[in-house]
Amino acid sequence: MTQRTALYEEHVKAGAKLVPFAGWDMPLHYGSQVQEHHVVRTASGVFDVSHMTVIDIEGSAALDFLQHLLANDAAKLTAAGQAQYGVMLNPEGGIIDDLITYRRANGYRLVVNAGTRDKVIPWLARQQDQFSQANELSITERAELAMLAIQGPEAIAKFTAVSKMDVSGLASFEFAEYNPTSGAQESAGAWMVARTGYTGEDGVEAILPAADAVRLWQGLLGAGVQPIGLGARDTLRCEAGLNLYGQDMDDSINPLIANLAWTIAWKPETRDFVGRAALTAIKAAGVTEKLTGLVLIGKGVIRHGYVVKTAAGDGEVTSGIFSPTLGYSIALARVPKAAKGEVEVEIRGKPVAAKLVKPSFVKMGQAML
Amino acid sequence: MSEIPTECRYASTHEWARLEDDGTVTVGITDHAQNALGDVVYVELPESDAQVNAAEEAGVVESVKAASDIYAPISGTVIAINSALDDAPETVNDDPFGDGWFFKIQPDDVAQLEELHDAEAYAELCESEEH
Repeated sequence: MTQRTALYEEHVKAGAKLVPFAGWDMPLHYGSQVQEHHVVRTASGVFDVSHMTVIDIEGSAALDFLQHLLANDAAKLTAAGQAQYGVMLNPEGGIIDDLITYRRANGYRLVVNAGTRDKVIPWLARQQDQFSQANELSITERAELAMLAIQGPEAIAKFTAVSKMDVSGLASFEFAEYNPTSGAQESAGAWMVARTGYTGEDGVEAILPAADAVRLWQGLLGAGVQPIGLGARDTLRCEAGLNLYGQDMDDSINPLIANLAWTIAWKPETRDFVGRAALTAIKAAGVTEKLTGLVLIGKGVIRHGYVVKTAAGDGEVTSGIFSPTLGYSIALARVPKAAKGEVEVEIRGKPVAAKLVKPSFVKMGQAML
Repeated sequence: MSEIPTECRYASTHEWARLEDDGTVTVGITDHAQNALGDVVYVELPESDAQVNAAEEAGVVESVKAASDIYAPISGTVIAINSALDDAPETVNDDPFGDGWFFKIQPDDVAQLEELHDAEAYAELCESEEH
């Protein structure tokens, strides 16, 4: 039985092609995935991301718990209104999930993936059981909340016009909570609005009650914001060089070979987070692979799983797309650490010329290559 | 409901074949197929002058979703390819039975067309795949 988000009827009304995704009926596109991609790069679009898992971590031991749970250091969030990207690891250093941690006035909020929910919730419960201050900690899934992402160069203006909430003061990875009636900021407001996203464009992600999400969605569509499906979400994030859990990383992949070394807070050295010992050993032994960008020079489309032949040995494509913005195929690929420059990708048995590049292809509508 | 012109014959693999007045056969993929594939981003066509055989691979169509083989609906020699698809692969989505054609064949045996589905049978095939 697949689940439906609060926006399900809105998707049907907008002509969505709905597909099963991580146990949910989600919109793949509303007509043309490529057109939706361009709209987010040039104007603004709204994504229903209510399938994602929202978890509140509260109590006096919340920070201590997160400092043990996460490879990034939640103590770097020095005030309410700050957010941080990071990963949670298993004891072997493999990535259980990637997530955003938000510091609120009375605790923390985590947003993790939909596809990982059924392992993350039990993992958190187990970690809590083994945690010395378990009694001073509450972990609450907020399945009743919806989540919308409004992204694109016009996203902030459109969102402000429809919601009457001033988000102009929020820097990237900052957020505020709002009273939806007055539009004013308030501590523990019903809406949480963050200057974050998964597209490489400016925009916000709003976590809000389901009924409000339907009204916001309708208001945004009335203001000319276009609904965007999961198909374009994937090509947008890939152009932005952002990893997708389950594809570019999973439980067997550590952050050092997933282009996520920057999310590991090694200091303070006394902070004993899950996976630290394993990562330290991996680092000491020498990291032999990397996740990097790949651009196809020849014709065709690179796909997940294709082999990359480099002078330093073979690698593998983890995410491959035809880039609507660039007009050719790009990919993220895990290759030997020493690999660089010109390589070949095997496309249906034939070698096609490609080259390794930094894994950031398009940012704020501009080609980065 | 997708468009299924009655003047074409159809392969179970969702290619259409249309006999032209000059005896050649134009080949493309159906409206149903382009709809199922999603936005087409690249088409790999056979070489001009190549021999293609019925039900064998003659090219590849890449959409945002996946790569799919194109099968020749009948045997013959490729006498023209639609190179306009190189720069505008989206034509396959916009006009699958018109400007979105893939290649033209000089058929070995035009009677092979009779072995393909007519519009009515193809409509039933599409219907059954949707359920």
